[in-house]
Amino acid sequence: MNLFWQIFFTFAKIGMFTIGGGYAMLPLIQQEVVDQKNWISQKDFIDMIAISQSVPGVFAVNIAIFAGYRMKGNIGSVVAALGTILPSFFIMLLIAMFFRNFQDNIYIAKMFNAIRPAVVALIAVPVFSTAKTVGINVKTIIIPVASAFLIWYWGVSPVYIVLIAAIGGIIYGKLAKNHK
Amino acid sequence: MLLYWQLFVTYFKIGLFGFGGGYAMLSLIQHEVVDKREWISATEFTDIVAISQMTPGPIGINSATYIGYSVTNNVLGSVIATFAVCLPSFILVLAIAHSYRKFSANKYVEYAFEGLRPATVGLVGAAALLLMNNENFIDFKSIIIFVIAFILTMFTKLHPILLILLAGIAGLFIY
Repeated sequence: MNLFWQIFFTFAKIGMFTIGGGYAMLPLIQQEVVDQKNWISQKDFIDMIAISQSVPGVFAVNIAIFAGYRMKGNIGSVVAALGTILPSFFIMLLIAMFFRNFQDNIYIAKMFNAIRPAVVALIAVPVFSTAKTVGINVKTIIIPVASAFLIWYWGVSPVYIVLIAAIGGIIYGKLAKNHK
Repeated sequence: MLLYWQLFVTYFKIGLFGFGGGYAMLSLIQHEVVDKREWISATEFTDIVAISQMTPGPIGINSATYIGYSVTNNVLGSVIATFAVCLPSFILVLAIAHSYRKFSANKYVEYAFEGLRPATVGLVGAAALLLMNNENFIDFKSIIIFVIAFILTMFTKLHPILLILLAGIAGLFIY
């Protein structure tokens, strides 16, 4: 089988079978691309994760673009990205086309009335778990609290928060370094 | 025609400034498509998040595909939004792919991320706060569901799909 098709089907499989997206995809990507097919070394894989996190956008797509590029250049990156995107694209498209017809169904409406607050809880929990991973302390807690309030209460665009945080980090880093 | 262009610009922006993964991108997506463009309602947005949790693929892609279709009633809208959200990734990843070791060792990149990492916690927090509104919390039962779901997710390893299904079944009985 042509290598492009192999890349496409491998990433389609990864896109198809990882529910919830993003980091849930990592073990499967590692298994397929590193362990089984030996397309990328373990060391390169770790570098790829680091770089994909440093680039904005959808994490799984970044990984696919990077891996595809390492394997087969620019076309490889397009093929890998398409593989990752297409399964969820078609599923979401079908849902978008037909879900609105179900929304008015009384049973669906009842279910979603209860699902919505549960989804908010699903988003609220990672606030605390990522705060731990990132190592938020008394000194740095002002950054997430201020960011959240600026967006939520004053309607500031998250774009500005991202820009200010990045620029702030650079200025702080330079000052701290000059101080030493 | 204008709508397609707006979709492209909006999702390009989401792809360009979406740092910190799925949940951190939510506040940006919501700010753009619910508050600014008013393409979908807050409840519809919450429903998309719920559906994304139960279907394959990342939320950034899922929301682009869903919203692209629902605002234009056309598959082309889906294609444009999904393409637009991926385009910044292509440009940036391919630009640094040659010298990525140098890039990740760059001290300015490192400094920027020291500021970005704590901010992404705030971005996720903002997403949760934005969704705590009267549309998603319709009565006291909503608050009880939220508390139970929060405790289950925080302290047990209950899978999100299972949680959503359980909430849905509970909804059939209590509403």
